[in-house]
Amino acid sequence: MTTLTGEQTAKKTAVKREAKAYVDPYYAGILLGIVLFLAFFLTGSGLGASGGLNRILVFVEDLVAPGHVNRTPYLLAMAGGEKNPLDSWVVYVTIGVVLGGVVSGWRNGRLKFETMRGPQISNRMRWMMAFIGGGLMGYGARFARGCTSGQALSGGAVLSVGSWAFMFAVFGGAYALAYFLRKFWN
Amino acid sequence: MTPFPLPLAEIFGHWGAYVVFLFIGFAFGYVLEIAGFGNSKLLAAQFYFKDITVLKVMFTSIIVAMVLIFASSAVGLLDYNLIWVNPTYLWPGIVGGLIMGFGFIIGGFCPGTSLVSAATGKIDGIFFVLGVLFGIFLFGETVDNFSIFWNSSYMGRYTLPEWLGLSTGTVVLIVVLMALFMFWGGEKLEQAFGKKDPKSEPKWRYTAAGVLVLVAVVFLVVGQPTIEDRWARIETEKEALLVERAVQIHPGELLDTTHDTKIKTMMIDVREEVDYNLFHILDARHVPLAEISNPDFISELHFEPANTVFVLMSNDEAAATEAWKILQAESVPNAYILEGGVNGWIATFGDDDLTKRFNSGAGDDQLCYIFDSALGSRYSASEPDPHATELEYVPKIILELKRAPSSGGCG
Repeated sequence: MTTLTGEQTAKKTAVKREAKAYVDPYYAGILLGIVLFLAFFLTGSGLGASGGLNRILVFVEDLVAPGHVNRTPYLLAMAGGEKNPLDSWVVYVTIGVVLGGVVSGWRNGRLKFETMRGPQISNRMRWMMAFIGGGLMGYGARFARGCTSGQALSGGAVLSVGSWAFMFAVFGGAYALAYFLRKFWN
Repeated sequence: MTPFPLPLAEIFGHWGAYVVFLFIGFAFGYVLEIAGFGNSKLLAAQFYFKDITVLKVMFTSIIVAMVLIFASSAVGLLDYNLIWVNPTYLWPGIVGGLIMGFGFIIGGFCPGTSLVSAATGKIDGIFFVLGVLFGIFLFGETVDNFSIFWNSSYMGRYTLPEWLGLSTGTVVLIVVLMALFMFWGGEKLEQAFGKKDPKSEPKWRYTAAGVLVLVAVVFLVVGQPTIEDRWARIETEKEALLVERAVQIHPGELLDTTHDTKIKTMMIDVREEVDYNLFHILDARHVPLAEISNPDFISELHFEPANTVFVLMSNDEAAATEAWKILQAESVPNAYILEGGVNGWIATFGDDDLTKRFNSGAGDDQLCYIFDSALGSRYSASEPDPHATELEYVPKIILELKRAPSSGGCG
């Protein structure tokens, strides 16, 4: 059981439901492993998240500036001409993730507008960091052809060499910067 | 035939299949949320050794899924060939991974967890998702400036067992043991940096670890199915096709198929190099019989688009039939054999100069025409005019839907 948020969030939660503690990480890991296995077992594809966001974004871009999409090879592959960027499995996994998150958050009393941050920084600072970090994540995820779900989890479980190299790079990058950012989180 | 993965598009229809993905995504999001992955503070704590939930959840799920995947493959329930294995682009993957690592510690999420966080109303999660969208947008606009690097160090479907030269079962066991070792070390770090009470860890985790190791060892002994095992499972069904001559296509059908713009025809000539150099059909690719079962070649065939037809040929049909069996065992869809082989092709399309040099003394599956020089495909019979003659034949090619996913891993 994690104790990190327990007290703090419990006090803040004003809605009817009491925020429950998170489940044991090993237990969650086993459940996630079964979901990942079923994804491969039933569909042959693993899990994904950033790819779905990518395609939803390209769908919007195609509505706003179809000419630009048709001139950019990377976007063309997803949305050129008659192609529908939403015609891909990963889009529906991504939508499912959001729905699953909402339902679990609601059932466990964690559905609440709040900002999670270290004690030494302001909300506004945290939001800025989240946006910058998200930008790097989005850029890096497309660069690496997959995010933590699509590369590390899925590729890791089926023993892809590239996915394992990728996984060590992610942890390496984060640990390398962690010391310099300790004020933001602790 | 191995029943899984399911041919989803066949069962539910093209768009209906996406409902299955919606359910899988739902379960994924739900589990991420109950694990606490909607909470950036918990995620960031991983990098200060205070709480290694991220490591525990990630590696537990990887080893559980891995053991289940290779166990079901070993017993013939799941076809590993039809599973998406992220192709390796080594350096772009590492550079992208480093950028993501920076983003992880700065922003506190990865893309999947930020979706869950935003879905539960965490404002930092919402800003992160907006950042991800901006980053993705920026990538789409800039990638064409460095596409050479982005497509470099491509190694295809390259797996740890191939890299290490070990059996799949051994690698699975090593990964399980490595993860357990990391959990042990991680718990020690949590106790030192996070002042975590070791008694708060559940006792059952030892049992779970023991079961995983046991299953990994059992399937290390059982082993993954070889080509022979895989062929044995489908032999009766496929031998019947050979006997009915349902997969041997007439030279005329091959010629018409190569000129059909809706179909991609890949001709694979499995003869010896000598014969190939003497004569072959234009665009036929030379892959000797011994090379057909090469994993790189098989995975290349699986990467071909869904409308690809593979036509195997030898001098007669014997070697081509052997190659066909290998492709069947490796679950390559739409594979056919050229009826009568290259000899039959020459008999059908060869001009008098060629056909008069018939050598009746040639043995089985040998080239039965005599060539003075190795002109390869520079004969008119190598690229006959499809409109010159009307050939009567029974069409046999039926495109089957492809079961192997053409994209995965955030495709």
